Amino acid sequence: MHTFAELIIVFVILLDLALAVTGSLSSCIRLVAMQGVVAGLLPLLAGSGAPHTRAVIFAVVIVILKGAVFPRLLMRARDKSGARKDVEPLISYPASILLCLGAFIASSWLGSRLPLPQANVAWIVPASLSTIFTGFLLITTRSKAITQVLGYLVIENGIYIFGLALFVEQPLMVELAILLDVFVAVFVMGIAIFHISREFDHIDTAELSELSDWRRGEYGK
Amino acid sequence: MLLVLLSLIILVLSSAVALCLGRVPSRAQDAGAYGAAAASLAGLFPALRTLLTGNTETVSFPWSVPLGSLTFTLDPLAAFFLVPLFILTGLSAVYGVDYLKGYAGKKPLGLAWGAFNTLTAAMVLVFTAGNAVLFMLGWELMAAASFLLVLFEHEKPQVRRAAFIYLTAGGAGALMLLAAFSLLGAGSAVLDFSSFPSPSRGIASAVFLLALCGFGFKAGFVPLHIWLPEAHPAAPSQVSAVMSGIMIKTGIYGIIRVLGFIKPWEEWWGWTLLIIGAVSCLLGALFALAQHELKRVLAYSSIENIGIILMALGLGMVGVVCGADTLAGLAFAGALLHVMNHSLFKGLLFMGAGSVLHAAGTAELEALGGLAKRMPRTAPLFLAGSAAACALPPFNGFAGEFLVYLGAFRSLNSTGSIALAGMVSGLVLASAGALAAAAFTRAGGTAFLGEPRTARAAAAHEAGPLMIFAMRALALLCLLGGLAGPFLLLPLGTAVASGFGLNFALAATEAATVPFAYVSAGGLILLAMIAIAAAKRRAFLGGKKPAEGVTWDCGYAAPSARMQYGASSFSQPLTDFFQPILRKLGQYPVISEYFPGRASFSTETQAVLYNSLYMPVAVRIRDLAFRFSWLQHGRLQIYIMYIVVTLMGLLLWKL
Repeated sequence: MHTFAELIIVFVILLDLALAVTGSLSSCIRLVAMQGVVAGLLPLLAGSGAPHTRAVIFAVVIVILKGAVFPRLLMRARDKSGARKDVEPLISYPASILLCLGAFIASSWLGSRLPLPQANVAWIVPASLSTIFTGFLLITTRSKAITQVLGYLVIENGIYIFGLALFVEQPLMVELAILLDVFVAVFVMGIAIFHISREFDHIDTAELSELSDWRRGEYGK
Repeated sequence: MLLVLLSLIILVLSSAVALCLGRVPSRAQDAGAYGAAAASLAGLFPALRTLLTGNTETVSFPWSVPLGSLTFTLDPLAAFFLVPLFILTGLSAVYGVDYLKGYAGKKPLGLAWGAFNTLTAAMVLVFTAGNAVLFMLGWELMAAASFLLVLFEHEKPQVRRAAFIYLTAGGAGALMLLAAFSLLGAGSAVLDFSSFPSPSRGIASAVFLLALCGFGFKAGFVPLHIWLPEAHPAAPSQVSAVMSGIMIKTGIYGIIRVLGFIKPWEEWWGWTLLIIGAVSCLLGALFALAQHELKRVLAYSSIENIGIILMALGLGMVGVVCGADTLAGLAFAGALLHVMNHSLFKGLLFMGAGSVLHAAGTAELEALGGLAKRMPRTAPLFLAGSAAACALPPFNGFAGEFLVYLGAFRSLNSTGSIALAGMVSGLVLASAGALAAAAFTRAGGTAFLGEPRTARAAAAHEAGPLMIFAMRALALLCLLGGLAGPFLLLPLGTAVASGFGLNFALAATEAATVPFAYVSAGGLILLAMIAIAAAKRRAFLGGKKPAEGVTWDCGYAAPSARMQYGASSFSQPLTDFFQPILRKLGQYPVISEYFPGRASFSTETQAVLYNSLYMPVAVRIRDLAFRFSWLQHGRLQIYIMYIVVTLMGLLLWKL
């Protein structure tokens, strides 16, 4: 029964690596959506026996949100902003994938050290941690605001999987709260991205440093 | 005790109601003022009863906050601070109704009354809290509410500056208090005042210094006073009265409370208090003499009076350590009595200054003059307050300082540090008294006597009836406080016994009974003489009206109001003498011809300690901070990385 779940875990990790090297913005959005869908299916496969009706309904909601609603919103933001269609990384793709691999190794080590209850699906803790790291990687090393939203979504996927490791079949309350946060975040960011691109004709967050309180070198002269 | 809680509830509720009624200013005024007055009446009764019986009451409720408990304690020491608190806030609220009427529609009066009643509630909480967490809650609430009130006229840049300085000082003080309470309660499960373990010597000294600085920021003694002369004049006058009258006393209360936790005392603690007190006392009086604004004069006078209280505490501590119980008892009793007296007469004076501000639209001394004729009710009340502030009999200011003098003189026939402490306090008290007398003669004389210097002063009108009522009540209490000395000894004794120890209370009561009877008798004789003189004058005039002329009419053909002595010319001999300390800036005309032409003259007092001590340090710190401004570059990604790295660090650290 768990073999399929473990396959999904492996798939999640592979998606992390793919995200680290994908340059096209639309592929990125699709990859994140795919990751969200498989992560949403995971609780149905991880438990033993037939899943609860509640879990099924919940999985359906998550799959719809992450697989259809969020990607559509993000694609729309990408089209509206009229910016370049690649992710504009601040570091090179090989460096990204190296960092991602390093993060996976570190999370394997962390997973063995963390005092957690024994999960019944192998690799679930390392996979969740490395997904969270990948999300942070997307946030910190890509310059577009839209990739930051993607990063948050990836982090959310990671947290969701992590929640599975802790309470199998019962991550619902935790997940519900986080999902609400992320939904609001995506919503706000969608608006913010739209406004940034309207005000500045681009969605490059690096240029936002113009708005910083203290510009370097200006004081004291 | 339950009545005190009731008054707390009334305050909180009325503050909420006033906030909600903000759209209808007159209703908000009613809600705030009735609430404050009702709470005062409800709270005054248990406080007075506790002072007379000497019983300590405690109520405790469970509270889920870590280290906290809802423990309220009403002991005679707290009650001794609660009595002036309730008197002053109740009367200030009555005063405020008339004072704030003119602001209806222009200012959010609902917010002002809400903040005022919250401030009162916070102070009640501070005085009755029996737990450090609860105490800090009240303390911070007090700072926040008074910050809002200081910001009442926020459209003026100097008011915003004052509020900012005030907020910073309050924050710094609270930080030190947190450290002091953490040191005191280290290891205990609940930070109840009754359960603090006795600290070791080193810890006790650290707690003493932290508490002195932390509470000092609120009490406002030199050099932690910088916020006081800015913030007190900025607030509406009835709030200045409360802030100067009782809020800064929360600092004194805190120092006395903490001193109770860290016995036995060491001699240098007493000397520290004594010297800081003496310096504040002298500098406060001196700076009061050089100010150009009536409310700033009063604010500096508050610094002087806090100095007197602190000096008396220090004298008492030196006495305790050296085993001179009578001296210590007298000094402690003097300190506490002066707390009560100062809150009454300073409240009266700030209300008087508020009436002047209300009537003439300005409190700049050089713009006033001749107000005694235009405000015939306010002027004698301000005079009474000034006499009390200068410690002149028969008013209450004299009684409190008299106890300290009594203690200081008693010490002179002993030897060693007691005699030295007594001598220093006596001398400082006398010189500060003289300077204060000069400052109040100058302030009162310039504002109320002579001819109006500006059209605004000439158009001044008498204060509203509620304002006059509040000031009269305070003036009456000031007079009673000066005459009823022997009757005050019982409540004073219970407060000293609860704050410091029974033996000091007994020694002080025994030593002060007879002299206090003389003080009262002297005051009564003085009043009788004044009454006789007034009666003689009336009989002499026999119903005829004496001729009246223009003030300063001495033989000039065309006298002008500008020929009068101004505030700065009145004090010039003294302020010139103290120029090395005052460092006032100014331009004086040099007259070299027989028929001098146009000339101008200006003086400006600066906040010396602020400019020459705090500013350089602040600038240094700011420069240092700007060296790290590259950390704040505005790149969102790197900010998030800071967070990630910090979180990872914490996770790895705990593994």
